[in-house]
Amino acid sequence: MLSAYIPIAIFVVVATGFALFTLVFSSLLHPEKYNKVKLEPYECGIEPMTDARDRYSIRYYLVAMLFVIFDVETVFMFPWAVIFNKLLLFGLIEMLVFIFILLVGYYYAWQKGALEWV
Amino acid sequence: MPPGISTSDFYYILPELVLTGGALLVLIADVLLPRGSKALAWVTLLAIGATIASLVPFGSTHVEVAHGLLAVDQFALFFKIVFLGAAALTVLMSVRYLEIEGASPGEYYFLILCATLGMMIMAGGIDLLTIFIGLETMAVSFYILAGFIKPNQRSNEAAVKYFLLGAFSLGILLYGMSIMYGLSGTTNLRTMATAFVGQERDPRLVLAVILVVAGLGFKIAAVPFHMWAPDVYEGAPTPVTAFLSVGSKAASFAMLLRIFLEGLPSMSADWRLMFEVLAIVTMTIGNLAALTQTNIKRMLAYSSIAHAGYILIGVVAGTPRGVAAMLIYLLIYAFMQLGAFTIIIIMRRQDVVGDELKDFSGLHIRHPFAAFAMLLFMLSLGGIPPTAGFMGKFWLFGAAIDAGYVRLAVIGVLNSAISLYYYIRLVVFMYLKPQGAGSPVTTSPSLGIALAVAVIGTIFLGVYPRLLFDLAEMSARTLGVAAVTAAIR
Repeated sequence: MLSAYIPIAIFVVVATGFALFTLVFSSLLHPEKYNKVKLEPYECGIEPMTDARDRYSIRYYLVAMLFVIFDVETVFMFPWAVIFNKLLLFGLIEMLVFIFILLVGYYYAWQKGALEWV
Repeated sequence: MPPGISTSDFYYILPELVLTGGALLVLIADVLLPRGSKALAWVTLLAIGATIASLVPFGSTHVEVAHGLLAVDQFALFFKIVFLGAAALTVLMSVRYLEIEGASPGEYYFLILCATLGMMIMAGGIDLLTIFIGLETMAVSFYILAGFIKPNQRSNEAAVKYFLLGAFSLGILLYGMSIMYGLSGTTNLRTMATAFVGQERDPRLVLAVILVVAGLGFKIAAVPFHMWAPDVYEGAPTPVTAFLSVGSKAASFAMLLRIFLEGLPSMSADWRLMFEVLAIVTMTIGNLAALTQTNIKRMLAYSSIAHAGYILIGVVAGTPRGVAAMLIYLLIYAFMQLGAFTIIIIMRRQDVVGDELKDFSGLHIRHPFAAFAMLLFMLSLGGIPPTAGFMGKFWLFGAAIDAGYVRLAVIGVLNSAISLYYYIRLVVFMYLKPQGAGSPVTTSPSLGIALAVAVIGTIFLGVYPRLLFDLAEMSARTLGVAAVTAAIR
């Protein structure tokens, strides 16, 4: 049974070895020239203008969280769609129940004003 | 319909379905009802009542649902009644508390129902996956509930502490569970039990047992995994603390019994030893730490740790009698603990937080019945006859002596004696000290009902316990206890 894990072990060793090798080898070879520009944070090639630590609206989090919830819902729906031919009516009802529960949550969040962008 | 699931399975999980529907109803009702309406609490109670009613057809059912994902048996039934009863009392004591704290009830009642649903699945689960999903449903609801009073820093602190330690302990528990799965090739506890026969000396299995014991130790707040409990109990909103210390504890014990008695009976020599040590340390340290507390919620937190130690004695005994004694104790504990917390909530007024020892000074003048009820709960927690707490301890220690653990029983009795000091100290404050400051102490109708139920339960189970004992013993017998007893002999 353990022999089944040998490819995984080889993979782990090769992956770790490659990373270590690259780091060590490049640190031995590369020239060392520092200047101020190199230490600045990379921002799509544009010169950074302000500090990255800034306050922004809590709404971002709310919307992001709601997005994640429906994102995960889709993750459940893909495998369901793949085997839908075998699940038939039972699968359809189960999925409708699942979506109904999510919709109740969505309705609640909506009514509580989580989607209002003020 | 896919293989493994049949229509009758949906019939057997009817109570869970009713509760889920009830929880959704509460969520919708919160939007539809006018702001600050007290009707929401009644909708919640209605949902709990409907769930209790839906338990009726399953009085003597003994089946496995969906090829061994859930068991519908009397063991699960007993716990479900405890959870639903505790949830109902919690809702009753929340109404005025939330109003005083200025928290919108909103998700509160919904989360209470979700936590209850998780507990019910934990008690019924005979598969590691279902048990874990139940545990998560309960734990996530409690993480949010602990921090429900948003402007209160302590409440926030409680939520973060509980979340971090809860997540950490779940990791340990999952690691143990994954090893159990890896060694047996199944997640079903009953199949697992047969796979593990003859594997007692396997060090990997011993490691799995240690990890699961540690993970569950966090959940039941056994020493040395108890450090989160006092802070969380003190910081969380008082009704949540009450529900956490009763419901979450009972559910974790149900899960513990399922995993060890159904899944690991062949390893009983190992886990008995671990639980024996845990029980002794938990009782002793819980009681000693409680001696110096001046905050009642904190004192009850340590007392609850000590009680987890007493209840662990039943696991060590492992006999049907021991398990029956645990079930009884958990029910009795629910009454007396919820009762004590009801009094703390009554003490919470607009101008007084009411959870310090000095707030209870002279309570018998300001509100004689509240003082008397608290006296009763304290005597019961300390184990003085004729209260229910005495009967609970009597059966637990009796079961221990029966199974040959005289030492444990003696330590338990000594600990009860220590605990009386801090329980009686509160009584001294209530009856012998001059009146404390603040506005008059009053009850609301819902608090009155909660208090009355707790008082009646504490007295009735102390005076006429026979009825309950038969019920609990019947429930305990449905568990795989027979397998353990056979493994020992």
